[in-house]
Amino acid sequence: MNSDRPAQPLDVLRPRNVGAPIRRTEDPRLLTGRGEYSADRKPDRPLHLAFLRSSQAHARITRIDTAAALASPGVVEVLTAESIVKDFKPVIPFSRMTNYYATPILPLAAGKVRYVGEAVAAVIATSRYLAEDALELIEIDYEPLGAVSRPEFAVTEGAPLLHDAAGTNVLVAREFKKGDVASDSKAAAVRVGGRFEVTRKAPLAMEPRSYTVEYEKRRDAITLYTSSNIPGIVRDAISESLDLPGHRLRVVAPDVGGSFGSKGSLYPEEILICIAARRLRRSLKWTADRLEDISSSSQAFAEIVDAEMGFDANGIAISLQADVIGDVGAYSIYPWTCGLEPVQVVSFLPGPYKIASYRGAVRGVATCKPPTGPYRGVGRPISTFVTERLMDLGAKALGIDPLEIRRRNLVRPEEFPYRIASGIIWDRTGFVECLDAAAETAGYRELRSLQADARKQGRLFGIGIASYAELTGIGSRIAVAPGMPINTGSETAKITIDSTGAITAAFGVASHGQGLETTLAQIVADDLGARFEDVRVIQGDSDEVPMSTGSYASRSAVLGGGAAKHACRILSEKIKRVASHLLEANQDDIEVFGGKAIVLGTDRAVTFRQIAKAVYSDMKTLPVKAREELSATYTYDPINGTTAAATHIAAVEVDPATCFVRIVKYVVAEDCGRIINPLIVDGQVHGGVAQGIGAALFEELVYDDDGQLLSASLIDYVIPSAPEVPNMEVVHVESESGVEGGFRGMGEGGTIGAPAAIANAIADALSPLGIEVSLLPMTPERIFRLMEQAKLKSRGKSR
Amino acid sequence: MSAKISVIVNGEKYDVPGVEPRLLLSDFLRDTLGLTGTHVGCEHGVCGACTVLVNGDSVRSCLMFAIQVDGSEITTVEGLGTPEELNVLQAQFREHHGLQCGFCTPGMLMTGEDLLRKYPLATDEDIREGLSGNLCRCTGYQNIVAAIRSAATKRSEKAS
Repeated sequence: MNSDRPAQPLDVLRPRNVGAPIRRTEDPRLLTGRGEYSADRKPDRPLHLAFLRSSQAHARITRIDTAAALASPGVVEVLTAESIVKDFKPVIPFSRMTNYYATPILPLAAGKVRYVGEAVAAVIATSRYLAEDALELIEIDYEPLGAVSRPEFAVTEGAPLLHDAAGTNVLVAREFKKGDVASDSKAAAVRVGGRFEVTRKAPLAMEPRSYTVEYEKRRDAITLYTSSNIPGIVRDAISESLDLPGHRLRVVAPDVGGSFGSKGSLYPEEILICIAARRLRRSLKWTADRLEDISSSSQAFAEIVDAEMGFDANGIAISLQADVIGDVGAYSIYPWTCGLEPVQVVSFLPGPYKIASYRGAVRGVATCKPPTGPYRGVGRPISTFVTERLMDLGAKALGIDPLEIRRRNLVRPEEFPYRIASGIIWDRTGFVECLDAAAETAGYRELRSLQADARKQGRLFGIGIASYAELTGIGSRIAVAPGMPINTGSETAKITIDSTGAITAAFGVASHGQGLETTLAQIVADDLGARFEDVRVIQGDSDEVPMSTGSYASRSAVLGGGAAKHACRILSEKIKRVASHLLEANQDDIEVFGGKAIVLGTDRAVTFRQIAKAVYSDMKTLPVKAREELSATYTYDPINGTTAAATHIAAVEVDPATCFVRIVKYVVAEDCGRIINPLIVDGQVHGGVAQGIGAALFEELVYDDDGQLLSASLIDYVIPSAPEVPNMEVVHVESESGVEGGFRGMGEGGTIGAPAAIANAIADALSPLGIEVSLLPMTPERIFRLMEQAKLKSRGKSR
Repeated sequence: MSAKISVIVNGEKYDVPGVEPRLLLSDFLRDTLGLTGTHVGCEHGVCGACTVLVNGDSVRSCLMFAIQVDGSEITTVEGLGTPEELNVLQAQFREHHGLQCGFCTPGMLMTGEDLLRKYPLATDEDIREGLSGNLCRCTGYQNIVAAIRSAATKRSEKAS
């Protein structure tokens, strides 16, 4: 048959999966109760763990008596630090940072406790009810060592030391410097500044932390099903701690009910449950109740920032300086260290702006609270809050419109790549484009005239803008956390066509709600020439790829997607080679599309199934040399990573009677590069903004001076519910990034922009009263106090 | 002390002996009957993830004891549609991307079913009010509201 028409590319005719609003693969199981979260595993006759947690903030443990608990019905074992000392090596959150003290991570508190909620003993029983009964029978004597609750107190002379070996409560200290800040500040036409604070938050995933460990007798092996977004890191850390090789320790993150960072570190309970499984040679289960989850999962933010920005007469920011105290809690976390959150504040403080000189100093201070760790946005919600407040203060002082002052200071399109004063390099991203798109979509001018009308009526109506940039999809040249020794810069895809023609794509990333089974399959379908519904994506399983870490730092689309594209390219070439034999055509004339290899411009085609059969099962069709296994593995490293950016605009009205803030308009214009699935992108923005609204208006973990948590229930720790969250408009500036596929990471941005935009909007609303916003959350109580103070002040003046 | 209880769950009759009085309905459904579609998010009645229908009304299964439902008819998320044939509300959740991690979803669906059956839901504010006892940390609620709005429209089209 020699009737081939001339070859022509079919690209224009192809339905593309990338960019299409494809309904998620995950949904049918999750909508019908057929998902499987860690707590849903049903191993054979599992034992149940319950933890006795410290009631003391800082105390020496002088005695633990477990005899009565051990005699309690159903109890199999009671573990304490002393009884497991030979079962593990402590895990050290190492870093090459100078001025850093790495606190060892232990499964149970040894010698002393350092926060209320720290696990001291573990009861193992035949049911969770019986295990919890026995907790009450454990007797512990504590000798109080003095609580250290406020970070300002922790750094004072004579404050009790949490870690004697560190010799100080300052666990990490760093300084970033560029240019001569002092003289630039002096030369500035206007200097604005203040003390800013964002209180402590709980990431609060709806699924509490949950672990099921399954013991396999036959091989003396264990599988840990964990509600984690870093199963690969957990596998490697526990393997080393328990001296158990990776092929006898499998770590799986099955369906995971959100993380937002709270499931992105190694936890003492994960180590302990594996220790227990090995000791008892049994399967075990543990799920945190909400009190445990709030009081022992990694917490967030908690920074005080003294900052000052200098502007020239044209409103150009010329200097920025900041001193940051991060309240990092009692321990450094693995693998990110206690530096992750506060150091990132000073790294990102200059934001998307061209500020000539900068000094940012940070101290991470130990207090008697659970460790802080990653939380959606990491550091940047705070740096953006501070910088965007300073921009508005500068605009006000100079009589420039807030939109205009940002336009004058943002890195412009022709200036990329641009190194900001803290050293971070922004690649080509739509900073100004996002600002303009947000202003247009929000109807910025109309909002200002609405505001003028509202003010005439005595209503408190305000408009807030926040622009920011973030590093996403970071490659190996930049450590996700400062000085961290593990590789967070690469990701592996392993794509296989088996003997039935079925396609399986395995990744080391670990979805906890982002829909990676869908988006990664979209990429594979397009790049391999397969049908979307034929691609199975496996992720979150340490057995599937040789090395993995997980999903964090907005990396999965960039790194997982990049790895997928490379692996598909290799596999596609193999498919073409086989097809050229089967179709007796030149390899260059073959296109792979819709699960078939087709000779261009003809109706001659072979399906993946036929190709697989020829390669694996049929001994005659192909020469031996042509029977290449239909699989490809590729580990992708974007080296530097890529920038993502957005501008948020919020309009709010403050009710002077109730002091409630109502968000009347919310617009996000964002640049996440090439969009894989617009449904998912918008969903991520919505969710991120809702969390930012929580941080701005409601959420606060309150610890008293004795280190007791006063907001440990969902009644007291208030996250936004449906009536508090407005409808959001999201617009996309889709500028392709320089990494494979043109993607940018985008899962965290909503939470970065929203606190700043809302803070600015509230400040704008209250500006007729002379009130500034420097602390979040702006609860009704805080607004009430500020308004009362303002009234007193104005009365004083009029007298 | 333990009791025998009889319940109909998703149309199937269960006679279960040896139920401890302190056993929560949520644990009974998940651990005794193996229906793990009902999720437990807070165990103090705030998050709504464990919402099920007892005799047609939405309740928080973490705030009820199993023995309280003796003789009752219960619907859990497993009693709605199947993956192959989602019911109207489930299908709209999928269509509008009304779920991300899926953990709050069973509670959202059961509350949504209750709302759709009992209230006119004239405005989106009515839907948001109706959902105020169900917390979601992923979606920002916007697409959940859109899904319920769409399901309400489809139901009224069907009825007229």
